[in-house]
Amino acid sequence: MDILLSVQDLKVYFRGDETVARALDGVSYDVRKGETVCLVGESGCGKTVSALAILALIPRPPGEIAGGKILFHGKNLLDLGEEEMQKIRGSQIAMVFQEPMTSLNPVFTVGDQIKEAILVHESIGQAELHERCLQLLRDVGIPSPEERIKDYPHQLSGGQRQRVMIAMALGCNPDLVIADEPTTALDVTIQKQILNLFAKLQRKRGMSLLYITHDLNVVSNIADRIYVMYAGVIVEQGQRSAILKDSRHPYTQGLLASLPHRSKRGGTLHSIPGTVPDPAFKPRGCPFHPRCGYAIETCRVEFPGLCDYGDGHLSRCPVLYGRRDNHENTKE
Amino acid sequence: MKNHGTNHIHVPPENGPVAPRRSRWEQSWRLMKKNRLALLGLVIFVLFFVLALTGVWLTSGTKPSIDPSLVRLPEKLRPPLSTPTLEVLRPEQIPALGIYLLGTDELGRDVFARMLQGAWVSLTVGFVAVGISVLVGILMGGLSGYYGERMVRVNLVLVFFFFLVGTGFLTSGNLVLGAALCFIALALAALSRRKTLHRHPYFRFLFAGTFSVDTLIMRFVDIMLCFPSFFLILTVVALLPPSIYNIMIVIGLTSWEGTARFVRAEFLSLREQDFVTAARALGVNDMRIIFRHMIPNAIAPVLVSATIGIAGAILTEAGLSFLGFGVPPPHATWGNILSDGKRFIFDAPWLTFVPGFAILIVVLSFNLFGEGLRDILNPKLRERY
Repeated sequence: MDILLSVQDLKVYFRGDETVARALDGVSYDVRKGETVCLVGESGCGKTVSALAILALIPRPPGEIAGGKILFHGKNLLDLGEEEMQKIRGSQIAMVFQEPMTSLNPVFTVGDQIKEAILVHESIGQAELHERCLQLLRDVGIPSPEERIKDYPHQLSGGQRQRVMIAMALGCNPDLVIADEPTTALDVTIQKQILNLFAKLQRKRGMSLLYITHDLNVVSNIADRIYVMYAGVIVEQGQRSAILKDSRHPYTQGLLASLPHRSKRGGTLHSIPGTVPDPAFKPRGCPFHPRCGYAIETCRVEFPGLCDYGDGHLSRCPVLYGRRDNHENTKE
Repeated sequence: MKNHGTNHIHVPPENGPVAPRRSRWEQSWRLMKKNRLALLGLVIFVLFFVLALTGVWLTSGTKPSIDPSLVRLPEKLRPPLSTPTLEVLRPEQIPALGIYLLGTDELGRDVFARMLQGAWVSLTVGFVAVGISVLVGILMGGLSGYYGERMVRVNLVLVFFFFLVGTGFLTSGNLVLGAALCFIALALAALSRRKTLHRHPYFRFLFAGTFSVDTLIMRFVDIMLCFPSFFLILTVVALLPPSIYNIMIVIGLTSWEGTARFVRAEFLSLREQDFVTAARALGVNDMRIIFRHMIPNAIAPVLVSATIGIAGAILTEAGLSFLGFGVPPPHATWGNILSDGKRFIFDAPWLTFVPGFAILIVVLSFNLFGEGLRDILNPKLRERY
């Protein structure tokens, strides 16, 4: 498959008065055409920053892109000026945000906002615009769109608002949709609906989806490939089944073990001890070593390289790689 | 708050009964009706507006039907509701209503006619002055709130400085020096556009930041607020030729600071809102974000302060006219009727009380309406009904 988006060794730093927070520390990932890629990680590991960086929406200052490339259709987005970026935002790369409650402008009707999303990039007549707006609302599964089009955001429920956000993102038929935890603020039942909607739309339109989440249940539903992020670096990447069933990084294994299972009812839930390091004061060596049960002396000094398990499954844990022959059950 | 869109959460069957939907205006009207005082304010405001308009129509032109400047010396200082002594008046001097509704002043002019004429002045002064102040306030506050963190670079300061000093010399007659300085300013402005200069070791200092846009604008606001504005207005009006338009502009340009602060504060919080980021992610440019997305969200408190500002502007104009700096005579305004009348306050109290009460009622109605408007525009109160 063709590679649509390729982020290569992206570094995003935030400069404080005396500290430099390295939010992204050399992140690389690819999104191919028509593919769903999931970025997984705890809060504060740089998922959202990497999404905003693609659209050049990092507030500068204090943010700063310290290195790397973002190739979209083979063109480096970091070389583009603000005006060229504005043409790409929305029309070729669109984004769906986490909070549907606050991501819609409270003073305009839903219809106005969807129409604006289209009008920014295309000049079409009112009648056609209206029809397209209705069609978008129908596509995202909003009942009686003729009525809803006149509603203000506060008159809609959370799930409907998120559908509207998705409709806005799809307005100009983008090649890539970045969804930044779009279901986090929603009920579980609505979550499922939204995920199905994404899957359906993706099939229908053949677009690529970069899905950012911390929820491995969601990931197991939709992902083609998964990138696991920790403290601004990708620690493990691979096909969905490889990551979920045959994880080779202690962090991913920890995340998977933390999922509540129906079969393990009554038991204590597993959790990874400690918290994500402050991006301004990351530990030397492997960023995960203070929380890792497998950590050895080398982990404290040496930044781990990627270990190849074949079929695109890469993991940044040489310790587990060394043990791969005699590992009987790395999953606890 | 989140799920108060009552009838829309459970999606009704396609043809099933749906609760009646109310538009924004209907909702506003319902809220307005709940607030009796605000409604009263609105009614008085509308009445006043109609009165002022008819006043213009009736009192202007070469042969007005109610002439505010008609002098009837024998009929001076007649109390309100008194009938004219027909024997001493020529037919065209008889007031159109048949009685002196609000009495006459010391020249026998009909106070009712003068009040009518003055109403329009008060209204236009209020609206135009506040219009100017709101425009300037939104612009300054918006720039300061949205671009506040950008730094003003050295080159801009230098260009501005040279230009200012240059024009100063030009106006004071020193043409050669003035022209030279202006030329330096222009050359500097043109040079600054050269990208290569940004990395040049000697000229790099031109692009260093000095202070932020926010500092520039807000400290200017602070300076403006330090002046006692009424005396500033007095000074400016004394220097300018007496005209109603000068007064409007001067009042407008000395009262925008509050609006600017409001708008800045709103913009600072709006800028961080998700919907602004979402709009940017859709490729909307800065100007469109400011004018289409942020200003409508920031306008509510501005509108409220503007309504109350109208009352303030009417008062300021009345005060200026009272002091004799306002609209030049013989044009009547409520302020100069009041001021002329104060000499006769014991003999003819209606000369001071009539315009005084008129100002009181109009200002009060504007204030009440402004407060009601604040409730209406508050979305938190809105959804409950």
